[in-house]
Amino acid sequence: MPFVNWFKRNLVVLAGLLTLGYLLLPNVVVTVFSFNKPKGRFNYEWQQFSLDAWKDPCGVSGLCGSLSLSLQIAFWATLGATLLGTLIAFALVRYRFRARGAVNSLIFLPMAMPEVVMAASLLTLFLNMGAQLGFWTILIAHIMFCLSFVVTAVKARVMSMDPKLEEAARDLYAGPFQTFVRVTLPIAAPGIAAGALLAFALSFDDFIITNFNAGSTVTFPMFVWGSAQRGTPVQINVIGTTMFVVAVLFVLVSMVAGNRRNRHKA
Amino acid sequence: MSTLTEAPPPLAPEAPEPKPPKRRGRFMPYWLLLPGILWLLVFFALPMIYQASTSVQTGSLEEGYKVTWHFATYWDALSAYWPQFVRSVLYAGTATILCLLLGYPLAYLIAFRAGRWRNLIMILVIAPFFTSFLIRTLAWKTILADGGPVVGALNTLHVLDVTSWLGWTAGDRVLATPLAVVCGLTYNFLPFMILPLYTSLERIDGRLHEAAGDLYARPSTTFRKVTFPLSMPGVVSGTLLTFIPAAGDYVNADLLGSTDTRMVGNVIQTQFLRVLDYPTAAALSFILMAAILLMVTLYIRRSGTEDLV
Repeated sequence: MPFVNWFKRNLVVLAGLLTLGYLLLPNVVVTVFSFNKPKGRFNYEWQQFSLDAWKDPCGVSGLCGSLSLSLQIAFWATLGATLLGTLIAFALVRYRFRARGAVNSLIFLPMAMPEVVMAASLLTLFLNMGAQLGFWTILIAHIMFCLSFVVTAVKARVMSMDPKLEEAARDLYAGPFQTFVRVTLPIAAPGIAAGALLAFALSFDDFIITNFNAGSTVTFPMFVWGSAQRGTPVQINVIGTTMFVVAVLFVLVSMVAGNRRNRHKA
Repeated sequence: MSTLTEAPPPLAPEAPEPKPPKRRGRFMPYWLLLPGILWLLVFFALPMIYQASTSVQTGSLEEGYKVTWHFATYWDALSAYWPQFVRSVLYAGTATILCLLLGYPLAYLIAFRAGRWRNLIMILVIAPFFTSFLIRTLAWKTILADGGPVVGALNTLHVLDVTSWLGWTAGDRVLATPLAVVCGLTYNFLPFMILPLYTSLERIDGRLHEAAGDLYARPSTTFRKVTFPLSMPGVVSGTLLTFIPAAGDYVNADLLGSTDTRMVGNVIQTQFLRVLDYPTAAALSFILMAAILLMVTLYIRRSGTEDLV
C-alpha cells in the first residue's frame, strides 16, 4: 500500500520524466550515431564504434560550406529582425497611434500562418518579380518570419519597465538621447537579447521557407534534407551533437552569469 | 526564448497617459514602425495577394500565366487532393492531442514539483530547439527501424496487431506508416505545447491549491476545478502553436512516412518545386491558409481568450 500511495503521489512526476525522455531520445541517438561507422551510405543502423567523423567533420563535400552559409544568413537575419523588431516594439508600447490594431494583426499573422503558406506565397512574389533566388531571397524571408518573434519578446520586456526610471533621468537633466542610451536600452537589453537569440535559432534551423526560396543555394538544413535522399554522412551527427552541447553550455553559462550578477545586487 | 518561460512580468503599468502632442514627437511612432511594417507588408502581405492572383491564373510555364479568374482550379485541386487535406487535419489533430497529454505532466512537473531541478529541466526542453530538427527527425528513422528494439517491444506486446487493425501501422513495420508520421509530428512540436502550458501554470498562485485543500477538495478535484481551468490560456495557445505548424508540415510525412501518408504540405511542395504547376499549388496553399485562419478564429472565440492575440 505505501508503494501504491507513493506511486499515486508521484504519478505526474513519472509521466513528466517520461515525456522528457521522449524529447531527448533523438538527441541521444544523434550523439551515439556520431560515433558510428556505417556500412552503406545511410547512417541508420549501428555497426561499430569509430572516431572517424569527429576527426574529419568537414570530410563531406559541401557540408561545412552549407554550415557557414547558414551561420552567415542567421547572423544577418538576426541583426535585421532584431533592429526592425525592437523599433516596432518600442512604438507599440510607448506611443498611441492610429492603425494600432492593424499593426498588431500584421505582427501576429506571420506567427499564426503555416510556414508552407508563407513560403509558397513569397515564392510567387519572387517569381513574379523575376528575382534571382539565392542568398538575398533567403535573407529577406528569414528577416520576415523572425520579425514577429522579436517584437513579441521585446514588447514583453519594455511593457514591464518602470516609466519612472526614465522620468528620473529626465529630471536629472539627461537629454532624450542620453536617457535612451543610458537608461532605456540597458533595461530593455534582456528582452532584445532573448528576441535575438530566438531569431538566430529560428533562422539557423529554418527548412520549409528556405526550401522554397533558396533556388540552388544550399543551407545546412537543405544539406541535411538532400542527404536524407542521397545518403546521410556521419558528419551530420557530429555537427548536430556539437550544436546541442554548445547550446546547453551557452544557456548554462548565461544562467550562472545572471545568478552571479543578481547576487552582487543583493 | 526566456520571454516564453520567464515568470510573467508584473501587471503592466497603466498604459502611459497620452503625452501632450509635441511637434517633434508626433510622427515618432510612425518612423519607428515604418521599416519593419514595410518589410512585413512587402514580403508577407503582398505575397498573399500575389498568391491569390496566381491561383486564378491559367497558362503554362512556357507561354506565361494570365489572370483568367479560373476558379475551377480550386474545385479541381480540392477534388484531387481532399485525402491529403483530411490526412493533414487528422494527423495534426492527433499530434496536438498527444502533445497536450504528454506535455501537460511535464509542464506541471516543471512548474510545481521540480524544485531546484527546474532550470535544468527547462534547458533540456529548450535545448533540442538548437539542434537541427531535420537531424532529430532523421533519428526517428533509427529509433523506429524495422526489427529495432522499439518495434520489437511493440510486436511482443501485440500493440502492433491492434494498430495494424486500426490502420495506423502496416504489418510489423512502424516506419512509413501514419503512426510514424504522427509520432514525428508530436515530437517536433511538443516544446511549443510545453512552454505556453508552463507559463500559464507558473502564474497560478500556490495559495489557491492550499485553499482548495483546506476546503476538503481531493487532489484530483483541485486539479479539475482549480488548476486546469486556470491553465486554459496555456492550453489554448499551446494547441494553436502545435496544430498550425503541424497541419502545414511536410517534413515528417516525407522522412518518416510513405506515399500513402502524404499531407497537404507535401502536395504544395511538390506542385510548386517539382511539377511547377503554380496555380494548383497556390490554390491549395490558399485553401490551407483560409482553413487555418477560420479554425483559429472560431477556436479563439469559443475558448474566450481573445486577449491571446
